[in-house]
Amino acid sequence: MNIGYYPGCALHGSSNDYDQSLKACLGALGVSLQEVKDWICCGATAAHSLNHKLALALPARNLALAERDGFKEVFAPCPLCSMQLLKVRQAVADNSVRQELSQIVEAELRGDAEVLNLIQLFENIGGDRLKTAVKQPLESMTAACYYGCLLLRPPGVVKFDDFEQPKSMETLLAALGAKTVEWSYKTECCGAGMTMASEDTVLELACKILSNAVEHGANCVVVACPMCHVNLDMKQAAVERKYGKKLDLMVYYLSDVVGLALGLSGEQLGIDRHFVTPAPTSAKTAVGENSGPSTAASAAKAVAGGPGSEH
Amino acid sequence: MSRIGVFTCWCGENIARTVDVDEVAKQIGELPGVVCSLNYKYMCSDPGQSIVREKIASEHLDGIVVASCSPHMHLKTFRKAAQTAGLNPYLVEMANVREHCSWVHHDRGAATHKAIDIIRMSVQKVRNDRALAPISVPVTRRAMVIGGGVAGIQAALDIADAGYEVVMVEREPAIGGKMAGLSETFPTLDCSQCILTPRMVEVGQHPRIKLYSYSEVEAVEGFIGNFKVKIRQKPRYVDMSKCTGCGDCWNSCPIKKNPSEFDYGMGNRPAIYIPFPQAVPARPVIDKINCTRLKRGKGCEICAKKCKAGAIDFNDQEKFVEESVGAVVVATGYTLYSISKEQDKKSLSGYGEYGYGKYKDVIDSLQFERLVSASGPTGGVLKRPSDGAIPKNVVFIACVGSRDNAKGVAYCSKICCMYTAKHTMLYKHKVHDGQAHVFYMDIRSGGKGYDEFVRRAIEQDGANYYRGRVSKITQENGKLMVRGADTLSGMPITVEADLVVLASAMRPSPGIEELAQKLNVGYDEHGFLLESHPKLRPVETNTAGIYIAGAVHAPKDIPESVAQASAAASKVQITLAADHLLREPEIAGVSEQTCAACYTCVRACAYHAIDRAEVRTGRGVFIKHTARVNPGLCMGCGTCVSVCPSKSIELQGFTEQQIYAMVESMA
Repeated sequence: MNIGYYPGCALHGSSNDYDQSLKACLGALGVSLQEVKDWICCGATAAHSLNHKLALALPARNLALAERDGFKEVFAPCPLCSMQLLKVRQAVADNSVRQELSQIVEAELRGDAEVLNLIQLFENIGGDRLKTAVKQPLESMTAACYYGCLLLRPPGVVKFDDFEQPKSMETLLAALGAKTVEWSYKTECCGAGMTMASEDTVLELACKILSNAVEHGANCVVVACPMCHVNLDMKQAAVERKYGKKLDLMVYYLSDVVGLALGLSGEQLGIDRHFVTPAPTSAKTAVGENSGPSTAASAAKAVAGGPGSEH
Repeated sequence: MSRIGVFTCWCGENIARTVDVDEVAKQIGELPGVVCSLNYKYMCSDPGQSIVREKIASEHLDGIVVASCSPHMHLKTFRKAAQTAGLNPYLVEMANVREHCSWVHHDRGAATHKAIDIIRMSVQKVRNDRALAPISVPVTRRAMVIGGGVAGIQAALDIADAGYEVVMVEREPAIGGKMAGLSETFPTLDCSQCILTPRMVEVGQHPRIKLYSYSEVEAVEGFIGNFKVKIRQKPRYVDMSKCTGCGDCWNSCPIKKNPSEFDYGMGNRPAIYIPFPQAVPARPVIDKINCTRLKRGKGCEICAKKCKAGAIDFNDQEKFVEESVGAVVVATGYTLYSISKEQDKKSLSGYGEYGYGKYKDVIDSLQFERLVSASGPTGGVLKRPSDGAIPKNVVFIACVGSRDNAKGVAYCSKICCMYTAKHTMLYKHKVHDGQAHVFYMDIRSGGKGYDEFVRRAIEQDGANYYRGRVSKITQENGKLMVRGADTLSGMPITVEADLVVLASAMRPSPGIEELAQKLNVGYDEHGFLLESHPKLRPVETNTAGIYIAGAVHAPKDIPESVAQASAAASKVQITLAADHLLREPEIAGVSEQTCAACYTCVRACAYHAIDRAEVRTGRGVFIKHTARVNPGLCMGCGTCVSVCPSKSIELQGFTEQQIYAMVESMA
């Protein structure tokens, strides 16, 4: 598979652990990612609140560059990036818009390259292929799959999965031997961009999400978005402090759990660089289906640390 | 040489203010062929009409023009006046100098000039008019009612009680429609079945009503007074003539757990069943999907063994019958917007956030009706579907799909505010320590005793009303967490509910578009049938002889459906009153000698009023093909005239000769 890789700013910066995880995991599956040369910012949430044309032109340039490089598929691991690229694809259905954007970005924009998010990338690899590649089934994992907002929305743009009751991540995790829980906050907002502007909002939302995952018996959360990871992982200690509860809930990228199932170590995947890391003392006590917050972390440790110790 | 009279009306000041009526009368009087031109304050008044009649007689007029208002207003008046005076009524023309002139202009000089132009054209038209006679069409004096819900039942009984035969076609195994499944009705809380079932029995026993249950309309041909309807009777696998409705079959059927359509899946029924105990006809039907014998082609047959009458027939086939009727009432009712499901129309997309279909205790309003109905699957005890517990907190969500351009339909479903208020009351009357919560957008309770009813729900029965929408329903520890907004307090709220009831939008019954096409009646973007005029012809369609009643027209409650059904029935009685119908003669006619039989007109006609025909000699020798207008169907729109390449069609009263003369008079 020759897939154009559009990391976006997050994966080169604050979420470079995600980048590491992707490369390790996909490398093990024989998928090579070639970065789109000269890519620029997708505009994120800033551009579209200022200027509609700018908000289209920024991702349009990235799509045009990917097409110039001959990629039939562009993989954007950040859901905001992939949504922006999809918006361009939708906009260029109007030929006059396509021509105007081509002119603005000084590159021929066809808008025919497929845009993939992380879940779709694994779906394209195929559940069967993943199943056969599994070396370390994730038997002790009971995950709460967290989709957040932009993986599924706006539904008219991303046209992916059921935007109210999604199932795609659960299906992938089942192929890896992991259990998943049916919980209530799968598609709620994590606070995303409010992380700097209004920390209290983020902490409240993150607390609700993490607590609900724990209440439904999850021993970890799996995400496919760098912002979700920041708010649930980096902010978890602040949530615990503010709300006086102990959560100790590992937050994995989807590529982390695929990588772990493929037998990669926590270090290879960058899991050791997360803020919530498996507590070494509870490594051997990882048991139980109905794990509370403390054992949840232990179970996560067993998954994350277990295979790693072999290397 | 023609002798035309022109009568210019002042219409009080309406015309005379902007048009110089004396100048008009003077100038028109000078036109060739005009022998009398005068004006009068109110031409339509009795003295005005007398002037017209007198002048026709004294001046021996052979055509008149009344220059006044729109022909919609008074053409009939003056035609009648002319007829009394011995002039053929189709030699009367109206020149509209009010709506087309005085009302829309200020400049008196220009308006007078324009009025003269308009009248001059009408004079040319009337000079080329021919005397016409109304068309007489024979009438089959019986009616068909499609749909056996409360509207269809009312229409059928009214027509039959007036002395005409009625053929009723009902798609389901029994009549009664949605109303038969309701618990109690607003605003009086009288029991729905108690008031409906006697009417159902009346239909079943009426000597002049022929009931085709479990049947559908396959094809419709013909025109007002002369419809031929082909009816498809679906295989029931029970011989209606032998069956006594004793119940031995359905009581012995071993396949008992099939979701009941009548209970909207809230209860079960056997594979051979009657939908509900009071069903009319009280004859069962076999569900061929679930019946062991019909599924496998052999085995079981317990019902046949138990049947003393020998009425079970596993080889039953669908049958077609044809009925001739003079008029049709369409009363096919409604269905509910299917929440959380793949929608048949792309513009409708779900409400997946409410988890309908995922959470057993999220139900729709018709399901709730069955759960609180004394005849329902729980015997009237409100038990929630998941575990049979009595719910202590029930959330009702209004406008699910209604008034929602993004995910549903744009219109208001009209009855949900009322039945939701009713639901909160029924709930409170059954569960005294329970609490009802309602999320609403607006409360629309116009109607006799309606707003008082909603106030009663709030003030006496203590329902909590929150003005706001629900964003998501999730499940925590067996409770449904209903998260929404209370826009009056400006706060987000979460209600822990045991049961959630969704008041989903009303949509026309499935298949309505196909039926409308068979009947050649119009429907709107949602599939609701179109009335001929929203104010003055509310139960007629644009196809003569076809009438509408109930929710097939728009969301309606029971009183409105019944009133409309009686209105439609009275229109049917007018149609059937005489054995011949008179129709306006201003219709198209084909010159069969010059017709090239290209049939462009046949394809262009919106009313299917033109047939492909043959010209034969008196001895039946074929001469040529031709198009031929069916005078019973033609609405006189003139589309065929404009598309005919060989100019072989003429519209009586609007001939090309007349139109050319009018145009030339402007030169």
